[in-house]
Amino acid sequence: MTERRENAGERGSLLEARDLHVEFASRGRRARAVDGVNLAVGEGEIVALVGESGCGKTTLARTLLGLERPTSGSVLYGGAPLSYSSRALKAYRREVQLVLQDPTGSLNPRHTVYEAVAEGPRIHGMSDERDRVVSALARTGLRPPERFLHSYPHELSGGQRQRVVIAGALALDPRVLVADEPVASLDASVRGEILALLLRLRDELGLSALVVTHDLGLAWNIADRVAVMYLGRIVESGPVEQVLRSPTHPYTQALLSVLPESPSPVVLSGEPPDPTRIPGGCRFHPRCQVLAAGAAARAGVEGRCRSQPLAILPVSPFSADSHAACHYAGARLE
Amino acid sequence: MNITWTRRRTALSRFWRDYRRQRAGLYGAAILIAAVALALLTPLVTDPAGMDVTRATGAKMAAPSLDFPLGTDESGRSVLLMTLWGSRVSLLIGFMSALLSMTIGTVTGIAAGHFRGWTSAVLLRITDWFLVLPSLVLALVLAAILGGGTSTIILAIGVTSWASTARLIRAQTLSVEARPYIERSRALGAGHWHIMTRHVLPNVAPLVLANTTLQVASAIVAESTLAFLGADSGKVSWGGMLRGSYDWGAATSGAWWYVLAPGLCIVAVVMAFTLCGRALEAVLNPRLRGVSR
Repeated sequence: MTERRENAGERGSLLEARDLHVEFASRGRRARAVDGVNLAVGEGEIVALVGESGCGKTTLARTLLGLERPTSGSVLYGGAPLSYSSRALKAYRREVQLVLQDPTGSLNPRHTVYEAVAEGPRIHGMSDERDRVVSALARTGLRPPERFLHSYPHELSGGQRQRVVIAGALALDPRVLVADEPVASLDASVRGEILALLLRLRDELGLSALVVTHDLGLAWNIADRVAVMYLGRIVESGPVEQVLRSPTHPYTQALLSVLPESPSPVVLSGEPPDPTRIPGGCRFHPRCQVLAAGAAARAGVEGRCRSQPLAILPVSPFSADSHAACHYAGARLE
Repeated sequence: MNITWTRRRTALSRFWRDYRRQRAGLYGAAILIAAVALALLTPLVTDPAGMDVTRATGAKMAAPSLDFPLGTDESGRSVLLMTLWGSRVSLLIGFMSALLSMTIGTVTGIAAGHFRGWTSAVLLRITDWFLVLPSLVLALVLAAILGGGTSTIILAIGVTSWASTARLIRAQTLSVEARPYIERSRALGAGHWHIMTRHVLPNVAPLVLANTTLQVASAIVAESTLAFLGADSGKVSWGGMLRGSYDWGAATSGAWWYVLAPGLCIVAVVMAFTLCGRALEAVLNPRLRGVSR
């Protein structure tokens, strides 16, 4: 993984979220699903977005795809802010593609593999439809492609279906894949194959990817950088080895501590996060084990934890630095 | 595309196998095929001259005999002949107005389910308006304003009976739109038209088909009612015959054949359509079948 990052070198970001906010009306209250996020995916870079369910990672992914409009802040592609006119969005679809969690639901049961993969090229009026379909299927490892063209989704295995979904995205020659829990609904044996496929596509096509997941092991296996999201905000980000080997944010530490190989699990207490009621101060403080254990008080930051909001973390693609939005971690660095 | 054809044939034979299990549906289909065949054959085997009151040969209100198996009407025309020719008008109006109603209902339903915001709100309010309006009265008014004629009656029935269909199709559209493949399609760059025609319409089509069959039945009843109330197409239909029998006091004067012939035909055909519609619904609607596909 280290050598890949060196090969990538220092380049600009391809897909970027800048100070992004997405709010929904939820039973009369405002739910701040994404509450100030900076995120960047560089060219040929794989970034994992990690967080528990309900933390806003799927909303963030949909906003990056232009399926959801941000309340404020902006999505930048190739340095230019995304335009939401239908013509511009349609052109954008050829650049950034989506892979969903559930390959069974992502395919129309009435469409054959050929129709499913050809859907994108047809929408965009591409001429060499059949060639595109066949080569996209071959690239995702469905060989020989001709054998699958007339199959229906229910005749395929879960892994094959996900390959068809990925082939459907690849048929448009995108430069970025946004994969929302791409292997969560697959068997463990198939999981590795799909992840290897994503890595191979990056190596062969220079495809960038944002992989949304709740699985830290998956992030470790596939990503160059990882961003940990909690309650609409990225609380820690950096190169995957740094963040996952020596996490500085208590939330990341807690997530890692519940992995099977960890010696002392930290089980978070308190209510599950509610995006309609984001706590003041550090948004993690009601559940923070460092604060509860009194370590924050000893470091003299307890008051700030409870009352002083944290700044939005800066990001840059291929960055070797990791950042954590935590008063306690900040105090220890000083 | 040989494989596609084989698949279509398999799907069709699977459909037929499921439909065959619906005994009532089979009876309904048999009655329908017989009725449609008779209606189509009528001009070939009978002489329309017998429908002309000035050239009627029988006695007035004569009881059934060998010459007139179902008796005669007030001007001496054969009731059998009138029933046969009337079936053409009744079935035509039934089919065409059901088609019109289903088209309006399906388009409105899909649009109301697909679009959000004010488009959906406006469409739903219009649908609600037609839903609460007494459709028979509206049809009667429409038929009176637009003047007589088959197409007028078709229009009057079609325009007033689509609201419940629109509601049904909208509900199904909403459930289809919630599936992940719609999201995928959108991310691929699909516009409204693509999603509505490629994903939503094929999914609601079975429901539309089953509902059309039921709609034909109620359209035939509506036509008969309109004709009985005096808004007829100017041609002899079953409803028109009932109106005639009522006007000439057939029931009170003992001319039961004049009332029963069109009456029983309406009952039989409407029942056949309803049986077919219910059977189609049971076969095609996955929710009724209890198995999601």
